[in-house]
Amino acid sequence: MSKIHVNTTVNGDEVDFLCDPRETLLDCLRDKLQLTGSKEGCGTGDCGACSVVLDGRLVCACLVLGVEAEGKTVDTVEGIAKGQDLHPLQEKFIKYAALQCGICTPGILVATKNLLERSPNPTETEVRYWLAGNLCRCTGYDKIIRAIMDTAAEMREAG
Amino acid sequence: MQYYSPDSFSSAAEIASKAQGSIRFLAGGTDVLVQLRSDIFTPDTLIDIKKAEGAKSIERTEDGGWRIGAAVAGAEMSEHAELKNEWPGVVEAVDLIGSTQIQGRATLVGNLCNGSPAADSVPALVAADARIVVQSLSGERIVSVMDIPKSPGKTNLEKGDVVKAVLLPTRAERSGDAYLRFIPRSEMDIAVAGCGVWLQLDEQGVVSAARVSLGAVAPTVLDVDAAAKAIIGTKLDDAALENMAAVASSACNPITDRRGTVEYRTHLAGVLAKRAAKIAYTRAGGSQ
Amino acid sequence: MALDDTKTKDFKFVGTRPERPDGVDKVTGRAKFGADMTAPGMLHGAILRSPHAHARILSIDTSKAEALKGVKAVVTRADFSTNPTFGPGLTGEPWNVLENVMAGEKALYDGHAVAAVAATSALIARDALKLIDVTYEVLDHVTDVDKAMAEGAPVIREGAADKSVPAGMHPNVVRYHDSGHGDVEAGFAEADLVLENSFKTEATHQGYIEPHACLGSLGNDGKGELWCTTQGHWYAQKMCAALLGLETSQLRVTASEIGGGFGGKTTVFIEPVALALSRKANKPVKIVMSRSEVFRATGPTASTSMDIKIGMKKDGTITAASGVFRLQGGAFPGAPCEFTAMCAFAPYALENVHQIGYDVMSNRPKQAAYRAPGSPMAAFAVESVIDDLCKELGLDPIDVRLKNASHKGTKASFGPRFDDIGLVETLEAAKAHEHYNTPLKEGQGRGISCGFWFNHGGETAVSLALSEDGTAQISVGTPDIGGSRASMALMAAEELGIPYEHIRCTVADTATLGYNEISHGSRVTYASGLATIKAAKDAVNKLCKRAAQKWGIPEDAVKWEDGCAVPSGANAGDFDPLPLAKITANMGATGGPIVGHFEATPEGAGVSFATHIVDAEVDHETGKTKIVRYTVVQDAGKAIHPTYVEGQFQGGAAQGIGWALNEEYIYGDDGRLQNAGFLDYRIPLASDLPMIDTVIVEVANPGHPYGVRGVGETSICPPLAAIANAVSAAAGVRMRELPMSPPRIVAALKAAQDG
Repeated sequence: MSKIHVNTTVNGDEVDFLCDPRETLLDCLRDKLQLTGSKEGCGTGDCGACSVVLDGRLVCACLVLGVEAEGKTVDTVEGIAKGQDLHPLQEKFIKYAALQCGICTPGILVATKNLLERSPNPTETEVRYWLAGNLCRCTGYDKIIRAIMDTAAEMREAG
Repeated sequence: MQYYSPDSFSSAAEIASKAQGSIRFLAGGTDVLVQLRSDIFTPDTLIDIKKAEGAKSIERTEDGGWRIGAAVAGAEMSEHAELKNEWPGVVEAVDLIGSTQIQGRATLVGNLCNGSPAADSVPALVAADARIVVQSLSGERIVSVMDIPKSPGKTNLEKGDVVKAVLLPTRAERSGDAYLRFIPRSEMDIAVAGCGVWLQLDEQGVVSAARVSLGAVAPTVLDVDAAAKAIIGTKLDDAALENMAAVASSACNPITDRRGTVEYRTHLAGVLAKRAAKIAYTRAGGSQ
Repeated sequence: MALDDTKTKDFKFVGTRPERPDGVDKVTGRAKFGADMTAPGMLHGAILRSPHAHARILSIDTSKAEALKGVKAVVTRADFSTNPTFGPGLTGEPWNVLENVMAGEKALYDGHAVAAVAATSALIARDALKLIDVTYEVLDHVTDVDKAMAEGAPVIREGAADKSVPAGMHPNVVRYHDSGHGDVEAGFAEADLVLENSFKTEATHQGYIEPHACLGSLGNDGKGELWCTTQGHWYAQKMCAALLGLETSQLRVTASEIGGGFGGKTTVFIEPVALALSRKANKPVKIVMSRSEVFRATGPTASTSMDIKIGMKKDGTITAASGVFRLQGGAFPGAPCEFTAMCAFAPYALENVHQIGYDVMSNRPKQAAYRAPGSPMAAFAVESVIDDLCKELGLDPIDVRLKNASHKGTKASFGPRFDDIGLVETLEAAKAHEHYNTPLKEGQGRGISCGFWFNHGGETAVSLALSEDGTAQISVGTPDIGGSRASMALMAAEELGIPYEHIRCTVADTATLGYNEISHGSRVTYASGLATIKAAKDAVNKLCKRAAQKWGIPEDAVKWEDGCAVPSGANAGDFDPLPLAKITANMGATGGPIVGHFEATPEGAGVSFATHIVDAEVDHETGKTKIVRYTVVQDAGKAIHPTYVEGQFQGGAAQGIGWALNEEYIYGDDGRLQNAGFLDYRIPLASDLPMIDTVIVEVANPGHPYGVRGVGETSICPPLAAIANAVSAAAGVRMRELPMSPPRIVAALKAAQDG
């Protein structure tokens, strides 16, 4: 099967790769660009571990074809920290122990950052529903929600 | 698998009509990619319609209704305040599909053309009396939502047909719509049963017109005229609601599977019909 | 194990909540999990699986797959050892594991591996699987535990039963457990009320978000490297070596970061397959399971069928209790029927108790451990009956449990006498908790339950090396499944007297330490913790020796205080405290590197109890349950890092909520799994759960230097029962089958209404 040349922008960098049209954006990020921070937990859009932001919209990278990334911008967990400075969400996740095994963490951070950019003052219920597609099996979500609510409050104060 | 990304629906229809082997259209991809990824079905030809003209737009029609492009994602509908205000049932039905991430991709048209009897948006579209714009080599035609589903996983669309858009009618005075479904969790599941209701009131608050539709309780979506009749001429008093619930349940022809039993789905159809009708009634301006 | 040097107070580091050492890696995407490793020249492996629940494999034709461009190797059972043993007398489990890893004469369940391919891309490997022709003779199958042990059920494997099974049982009953004491019939005769009921629970999956993944490389010289996501890489080393006919020490296994296990990653599935493919192709091979493969072919927990009978006096005294526990653990022996039986009545001091367990085979995947394997189901059945007894006799459920609670000296239902335990303390804390004293809203029900788990010690080796700059590195052999690297560093900091931040704890590969048992049995903070403390003490002894040398005084005249060597008394001489970093700075010249070690099999794990309180609402029309409030009270012995202890409490409760309400393995009439994905295998979502409150009770375990008890597993023991009690109260009808899914609740309500 002939491969397709795709040009796209990932975390601000212009990149390109060749892919089979059957390969997903997640395959391309992980196997062709070595951005293994996005995880495959299900491959069917049910777990959210591969959450990325595609042209500003939160999606599951496993439900996007690599060829669809042509000309678009993709933001992954690897792009959240700026240089050595962690994003406040990343700081709080560590502080609150909002991760145990850490496999769902990249997806939850990408999803939550997208939420806070849209809605800086979410209620607990809004956060829980926004993250309904991000499965975590370790924490019972308690510390994740607390970390997010605290981050949101702190970011609002910081303006 | 050959991948195409045409810039118009007419060229999408042309590619489809000429293609050899199996064809799938790619809009949000939330069903097509699951099948591809799980190795359930890989088409020979995949036609991505997102770049087709008009595919991503929500526009007011000349008669005051709405035209929703085939590749408009659920989140884009939910964020459209006017559309949501006029057709809350339809928009909420779309919003119920999957997670935030799925909402970033999933489309109304994809939900319809996937052919699942449990598709959430389809009963809502039936209740809203929506129309479907189909493009083919010979031009454009407009059909009813009920004309699309054929059987689980199958539609009545022919080779070379491609759905361009969904048309919603003008919202009538004193009318309201609602859609409810039942799932075991708070999110993410496929409907065990679903019910769409549209109704219109006269000036006294009596239901003068109604449509009641059911999902996931038969091989295809049901437009249950008898359930609508059960509330027409009433103010949705308890007796009318119970009557409608009984009629809705009796219209069901479900299966037992991993998501529910025949008995349970039949029971739920009545429960959901009552609850959805009450919401639609309130939205139409009625008070019980 | 006798402990001469315990410490239970005045901690400087233990009990604080520092940040975890793997935190930055895990929030930036840098942490390497099972599927994140690559190797030059790497191939991708894929596994062909049986579509039948039970079928004889008549032939496998791999020729077309081998001919496909890009395919480098195809393996079947013939490519594995014909005699997988670790040595004399150990033929049972390795053979079972091999049979599970790659089917022999029969496919025993839907999803059973029958062949595998390695190719230059994952897509080619997947396409190649479709070119393998397997001819099956489909056989009758059985997936239900009661049906599997009934007369006429298809036999999974003749001769699999061990000698514990009484004569006359169906060949699918492969193990039998019988224990207890006193005279239960006499006890029931003394009771004012005796209740007897039957219960069922469906199999649930551990549901870790990371699928199994590995990268194996094996040459024809028998030397290999394996990278995999596992709870126990020494076990993987031993088992892979046995299955492939290798010398254990020639295979080095490195554990990746692990994306959840909960018991499910305590064995091997794809690892021996990747190595077999690698040996044949002479290239590294990576295999990553799909989610569907995880559900179909890796260990769910056992499903159960249970009968419980309990007698109680009007004052709440339990006079006798008996239970029969039938567990189905898939097509292999190993369902933890003895654990279920032994845990069932452990919270109670009973004069008359009797329990029987059956391990039953069926056409399902080989069960694997899942967080306190076997215990949650027992608690569900027993605590439901106790709840009914309390209701009928008009007694407070916590008071009744306090009245009967096991305590130090109680002869346990499973035999030995308890040492210091904290059940009474958890019950008292629950009773005093604001949650228990808050009135319920209309339509809500409240449930409570106790739970018990044994905990485990196991083979453990730790080494602690000091660096010249006065920092320390700990090598442990237990994969970090809950933040244990932080806990190890805290315990080492306590002993060494240097800051937590100056210590790095690493999970070593199999070439670095002696054998470490799997991270299971809630053993890590207990056993690796104990070993870390002992290794640190060993290092401290060596530090003191160097100081003695320098000062020219006897070794026993030096002691360790706050990170410094100091003279042990006035008579020892007048020397300034010598800090650790001063000793290590020139250790090369004073005797060489300073490394502390500890290797042992600690046996004082110390059992653990918990009491949970839960409030639930039930929609009577749809049967849907909402958990509105949840409180976990559990004895941790000593919480080394309290935040992580809370995390274990919350995680166990959440998994229990899923098990109680929606999670289940659903088989069709064809014996195939109907819900092999996260869409229809419904684990709790963020939007399903409330905050989960925690109360850490600390009753020191005499078997650990700081009093630690494992906390990981006990937290899933009470939830099934506590939720069943809450739901039954809210619905007004007793639910005796899990999950309490909406259709089951509606059916129960209807049955109650119909009388």
